[in-house]
Amino acid sequence: MAGSAEVYSRRRWTWPAFAAPGLIWLILLFLVPFYAILAVAMGRQDPIFNQSVPIWNPVQWDPGIFGEVMSDIFSGQLGVIFVRTIAYVVIASLISLLIGYPVAYFVARHAGKRKVLYLVLILTPFWVPYLMRMLAWVNLLGTDGYVNDALMLVGLLDAPLEWLSGRSDTVVLGLIYGYVPFLILPLFAALDRIDESTIRAARDLGASPWQAFLRVTLPLSKQGTLAGLVIIMLPMFGDYYTNGLLSKSPNTRMVGNEIVLFIESGGGGSRGVALTVVLMAFVAVLMAYYLISVARATKESKA
Amino acid sequence: MSVDVARRPRPVGTSSVMQRTRAWISNPWGKPRWLIVFTLLYIAWCLIPVLIAVQFGFNEGRSRTAWQGFSLRWYFDDPNLSVWNDPSLRNALWQSLRLAAATMLVATPIGVGLALGLARWRGRGAKPANFLMLFPLITPEIVMGMALFIVFVYLFSFIGLGTQAQVLGHVTFTISYVVIIVRGRLFAIGGEYEQAAMDLGASPRQALRMVLLPMLAPAIWASLAIAFAISIDDFVISQFLKSDASTETIPTKLYSGLRLAPSPALNALASLLLAFSMLAITAAGLFLRRVRRREGRRGSAAEELARLDI
Repeated sequence: MAGSAEVYSRRRWTWPAFAAPGLIWLILLFLVPFYAILAVAMGRQDPIFNQSVPIWNPVQWDPGIFGEVMSDIFSGQLGVIFVRTIAYVVIASLISLLIGYPVAYFVARHAGKRKVLYLVLILTPFWVPYLMRMLAWVNLLGTDGYVNDALMLVGLLDAPLEWLSGRSDTVVLGLIYGYVPFLILPLFAALDRIDESTIRAARDLGASPWQAFLRVTLPLSKQGTLAGLVIIMLPMFGDYYTNGLLSKSPNTRMVGNEIVLFIESGGGGSRGVALTVVLMAFVAVLMAYYLISVARATKESKA
Repeated sequence: MSVDVARRPRPVGTSSVMQRTRAWISNPWGKPRWLIVFTLLYIAWCLIPVLIAVQFGFNEGRSRTAWQGFSLRWYFDDPNLSVWNDPSLRNALWQSLRLAAATMLVATPIGVGLALGLARWRGRGAKPANFLMLFPLITPEIVMGMALFIVFVYLFSFIGLGTQAQVLGHVTFTISYVVIIVRGRLFAIGGEYEQAAMDLGASPRQALRMVLLPMLAPAIWASLAIAFAISIDDFVISQFLKSDASTETIPTKLYSGLRLAPSPALNALASLLLAFSMLAITAAGLFLRRVRRREGRRGSAAEELARLDI
């Protein structure tokens, strides 16, 4: 695009000036808030009024509250909750992948003339409000709800099950139902990008459909699959509402529930904030992976 | 199917239908047909629960599990408990619409500016600015909610919690979506059209206003609609930044209502939320389709929407 050089350079400050309001907004309401949670997590807890006192100067940061939370993670109740959260998220993500991959694969490669229709259908749940989708399951899984009715009709159950009172399988089901659509879209994009001719070449050279899938399609979709998994794992790690609606029981509490509890109970505010910072540090690895893969993808698409 | 239907001797032909179905699914020569079945089952599993929830918003009785006939009781008719007559539900609906409208009007211009800047700025700050824009998309909402909560309580306490804070919070995570939609368009348009305009004597400002912005218009309209949908669907940020009952939105109301006192009125409220969200996203889809038409590409807005995800 040699001819357009002038458009891109213009006067030196034109384009940064366009970006400025957005950047200032993100600095004030995204970066500054992050600094603020650090200042509270590293601050003090006022024992008399039971309030958090942020310390804004990093030189004076007091790791006391942070230390309490960390020791609770390594040798206390919070440790159990962290392990449980990881277990839920990993199980839910893997099952989501088992559900999502075939669907994305079908729509990307085999939907033919009906591709648009299928796309609309797999996009719809993406835009159904999350809380509405959980509400649907609260109705269905109620003691006299359709799920119990159906299971008793088929004879799988003799008496209605209390699905909504602290069952891990219900929470994992909720997570899967909630996040599969968010996984299917990046999977679809990755599979749709694969050039049909590479697969045809594999078939022409004697690969069976299954071999062609394993040796060509699967490796080519690896990046998109991993990125999609990260995209659903990040919000799952911070999820508290799925649990709050489908279980309400301490037996299935996740890290997010613990954070909200600290805030709601009052007085424990600083510990909740410190736990948020720990969670953030924990998912930072995933976020870094995602950003690197985005950067790599942009570089490849430019090359 | 009731029990005695199953006990009745099978009509002739049923087993051959079963066999034929099985043969159709496992046909090794055609397309992998189990994938079709699997996909259809997935779509049913995704959508049917939501449809049932919508249905129970129209239930005649109090039950959310047994159908007692159609009525608009939970929308209008009930004098105390319907969405229209229960002040807390009506207020939640109003608050959600207000927030979404404000968010869309603030986030879109800021996002369009940021997209223009990021797509064309070649300076040293461009790369970090790009990364900053991506972060709100991948930060778990609970972390962002907490961070904003803290900042409005301790630092920007002159704003405090409540509607203003909710708008500011919603705009913060919506900007990035606007940037992604508009920036994608900018890359597709390239610089040639503006260059041509300037070669023909337009000033840079005229080229921007009379050439680039009209070309971007459908994407900008789509951004407005998507910002509206994202804001109205949001739960976590609204929850962290609400102050009192008047700042409850539909999702926060659904959350507390479902935990404390479920009623079909909540189904009705949720169905309204669904309707607004779907309306907005359909509008976005139509605008994006116009984009594709204009570029002379065949295909659908759905594909455009499917690729939105960064």
